[in-house]
Amino acid sequence: MHYLLQQIVNGLQLGLIYALIALGYTMVYGIIKLINFAHGDVFMVGAFLGYYGFAVYHLPFYLAVVIAMIGCAILGVTIEFLAYRPLRYAPRIAALITAIGVSLFLEYFSSLKFAFGPDYRTVPRPFTEIHWQIAGTTITNTQVIVAVVVVVLLAFLQFLIYHTKVGKAMRAVSFDHDAARLMGINVNTVISATFGLGSALAAAGGTLYAVAYPQIWPFMGIMPGLKAFTAAVLGGIGNIPGAVLGSLLMGQIEVLTAGFISSNFRDVIAFSVLILVLLVRPAGLLGQAGPEKV
Amino acid sequence: MSKRFWLVIGLAALVVMLAVAGCGQQQAANQKVIKIGLIAPLTGDVKTFGESTKNAVELALEQAGYKAGDYTIQLIEQDDANDPTQATNVATKLITQDGVKAIIGSVTSKTTIPISEVAQANKVVEITSTATNPKVTVDNGQRKDYVFRACFIDPFQGKVAAKFALDQLHAKTASVIYDKGNDYTVGLAQYFMDTFKAGGGQILTEDTYTVNDTDFSAILAKVAKAKPDILYLPDYYQKVSLIGQQARDAGIKAIFMGGDGWDSSDLNYAVMAGGYFTNHYSPEDTRPEVQKWVQDYKAKYGSTPDALATLAYDATNLLLNAIKTANSDDPTAIRDALAATKDFPAVSGKITFDQDGNPIKPAVILKVTYDPQTKQGGTQFVASVAP
Repeated sequence: MHYLLQQIVNGLQLGLIYALIALGYTMVYGIIKLINFAHGDVFMVGAFLGYYGFAVYHLPFYLAVVIAMIGCAILGVTIEFLAYRPLRYAPRIAALITAIGVSLFLEYFSSLKFAFGPDYRTVPRPFTEIHWQIAGTTITNTQVIVAVVVVVLLAFLQFLIYHTKVGKAMRAVSFDHDAARLMGINVNTVISATFGLGSALAAAGGTLYAVAYPQIWPFMGIMPGLKAFTAAVLGGIGNIPGAVLGSLLMGQIEVLTAGFISSNFRDVIAFSVLILVLLVRPAGLLGQAGPEKV
Repeated sequence: MSKRFWLVIGLAALVVMLAVAGCGQQQAANQKVIKIGLIAPLTGDVKTFGESTKNAVELALEQAGYKAGDYTIQLIEQDDANDPTQATNVATKLITQDGVKAIIGSVTSKTTIPISEVAQANKVVEITSTATNPKVTVDNGQRKDYVFRACFIDPFQGKVAAKFALDQLHAKTASVIYDKGNDYTVGLAQYFMDTFKAGGGQILTEDTYTVNDTDFSAILAKVAKAKPDILYLPDYYQKVSLIGQQARDAGIKAIFMGGDGWDSSDLNYAVMAGGYFTNHYSPEDTRPEVQKWVQDYKAKYGSTPDALATLAYDATNLLLNAIKTANSDDPTAIRDALAATKDFPAVSGKITFDQDGNPIKPAVILKVTYDPQTKQGGTQFVASVAP
């Protein structure tokens, strides 16, 4: 029982970080129907910016997270402006290939010596480690910090989308570009804002990831990016609560498989579940055409 | 005079100088030159391995005056980034474009196995400093007769670790976690488990991961529940540091053990302190060969050489000795001279090759130490185990 609880805590930590990445995929897909494959690499840049903030320049941790988020928001907006905006009305496949190109560019550019460099870096913990024993389960302060930061950001996102003008505009644009434009909404600005927001969340995810699994390198974004994308599809791509649900599920499936069956089967079972869910509900768990789409 | 005039004069001078230098090289080519390739991971997840290797190879060549017999050595260095595909590409390039007669490298088994295939197919001599997997020199019982190594092999390393855990640490139980896609970690884990079980020990959990994994919490929760005496982590220093950190987070108290992949200044000493690993040599050894080598290396690079550097130095000297003995740039003659090497006084021990191109020599066991006050980590010699 304790063991099960321990594994669920481990899965929660993983799932919450996936959620921050998955939100970026799902928001961008919701608004311009583009699978932004560069998103995993924005996550990587976020991890590096966070690392530079708290490990190299010794800023307070939360300030480092905010700086990483701002940095990646700017990066996200720039990527959208340079790479995707010119292709807004081109065939969807062109934008998809461009996204893969941007992804490779970020990975290999970051590997250059004058950028982040090609080497693995060990990330020092920004806090002294504390272990709590609660009901026979070990919980670390890192896990608590990850959980708190993610929940705060999700609450902030919920507020932004449902209680602000920008959020309303985002919902409108995701519903219908042309109608939104006729209503006087600046579609380009709203799309930029979506990219900025999604990238900022990925940066927060990256920084937390670097703290939880203390090693970073320029290709670290590929696997988490892929897993988070899968989680977004599992939950119903384009749907925000779906992305969070899918991510939490992915985290649990991975950890429970490794914990109770075998670590060899972890990815096999995680992706089999995805296929099964999509067979039964092709739009994903919560995916359905409706006003919740952003 | 305008600026442009001087620019033209300058450029012309440069062109003339280059042309002259080119001629110089042309003349040198008329002397007997033998090209040697070096393949090492100078970037990527095991870059300290590559740096140590490169330093040592250059030092060995410098000490030999870039000469072996009548031949002048020309060294061509390539980076494989610890990636098997890139390793195959650079090996092919070295052999087909640069025309090297021998290759030193690479460092890890997963890159060296594909390189050995290329070298064998092209009949070019290859000597690896630290690739410990048996498949480097033998494939399906077929000896790749152009391939040699300067290190002992995984079965021996895994056995030594298991025996040490049983006899010296009085361990009864162990857990093993390894990368299922890496020949090196699979080999070590397998031989460790076999020997540990044969010696009366019990393997409580056996888990695998893949090279890109960073979350080990599920596996480690399993290990924490099993409470083994030993946690065997036969991977390279980066991965081991990452797993070690998460293992301590999960409240695992087991003694960490591993193989020569731990030997790096980038190991997280604070986390891994108290752990033991099998290695090829100890800088504390009092033999004159070792002390001279440590001094020479320190004088040039300012740090104590690790095992990677030591074996690269030995590999280079073995190759130079073979070229000198054969006094030929024919790879087959060099191969025969290498195979006939007997009691060569290398730093890591006297080297004679067995019929599979593997040297017969002892292993050492080192303990990881860490001083929290000075935040300095290091290793301490514990035991030497003969084959």
